[in-house]
Amino acid sequence: MARVVNQPGLGKGFRLAACLGAMALLAIPSMPVVAGVDLPKLEHAKGDKCVDEGGYIRRHHPELLKHHRDETMRKGIRTTKYSLKKCVECHAGSKTGSVAASREDFCVACHSYAGVKLDCWDCHATKPGKRPSHQTAQPAAPSLMPSNGGSQ
Amino acid sequence: MSESMNSKLENRRDFLKASALVAGVAVGPGVLFYGIAHSRSPEEGASSKQRWGMLIDTTKCAVGCNDCVTACNTENGLSGKTGEQDSQWIRKLNIKHLQTGVEHNLPMLCQHCENPPCVDVCPTGASMKRADGIVLVDRHICIGCRYCMMACPYKARSFVHEPLTDQNPEVPRGKGCVESCTFCVQRVDRDETPACVEACTASGHQAMLFGDLNNPESDIAKAMKTVATTEVRADLGLNTGVRYQGI
Repeated sequence: MARVVNQPGLGKGFRLAACLGAMALLAIPSMPVVAGVDLPKLEHAKGDKCVDEGGYIRRHHPELLKHHRDETMRKGIRTTKYSLKKCVECHAGSKTGSVAASREDFCVACHSYAGVKLDCWDCHATKPGKRPSHQTAQPAAPSLMPSNGGSQ
Repeated sequence: MSESMNSKLENRRDFLKASALVAGVAVGPGVLFYGIAHSRSPEEGASSKQRWGMLIDTTKCAVGCNDCVTACNTENGLSGKTGEQDSQWIRKLNIKHLQTGVEHNLPMLCQHCENPPCVDVCPTGASMKRADGIVLVDRHICIGCRYCMMACPYKARSFVHEPLTDQNPEVPRGKGCVESCTFCVQRVDRDETPACVEACTASGHQAMLFGDLNNPESDIAKAMKTVATTEVRADLGLNTGVRYQGI
């Protein structure tokens, strides 16, 4: 899904140093400026805390999201902990209401900084959604099991 | 004191009877509702114990009514346009028997086959059937080759030609992928009926019935036991999940 932009011509040592540097930066997000490059300034998300420890999420969110997507898509498991929809609900920017509409928005801010292309938003909604209006305008549908009064 | 004890003992049989009755009521729902397992928790995946299906009564489907199509478009974020390159997950058709002249009006959608040809031909495994019989496209691995569109005898699939924005968060859709009716899988997983069925019921036509074909207590299974139902292109042996009555 995501692809690291190639940087030809960089030496092994430089890359290692850059990696270590990036890891250090990720571990200390409050550090203002390092080596002349401004870290992305992320807006504070809604809610008290993330579903997991911040550093863990920063490092592992691609795998977590990919695993969750397969579980949901193919098996119908709809837990919310690592759901992309839930990420969007908390992290949508206050100006744009989106996670990917501007350079300041949550996903784009880090991904443009790291030079990692992401194509989640070609299909997925970047804004927290309301359920389509026809569902509230119409009377409730009969249950799938009409004899089961309490199934809803 | 002993008198009251005795009277209690005398009434022990009644008491046991009463408690058995209470227990019967309490156990009742679990027993009666054979399909209660489908009220599943989010951690629980789709199960092959269910097979979702739909029964469409063409005699009740009203000419000119398009409520199912509109509801589908709203729920799934489709444009509602009907051009060659526009996505249509459900279409209203009017069919006429050439010999007798009898006409039928019906919605045509993905038939959610037990043996889906779209899944057979998919080179990447994107076209898939969930354990509960819902046929879906995994857009993460769909390469947009459109073999499935050619394989589907019902013309149920569409290809997204242009970039999309403002999708429904529950229904991700995007350019370069094939898509079709999902039985509103996001709603089914919440124990709701598909949007088209809800709209049909709300309009008072009640031509569409959705439920678990494997559950003998479900309305759809009961209906299919009592009336003659038809598979479209039954000759292909696909065992469709969508059945029609009155054609």
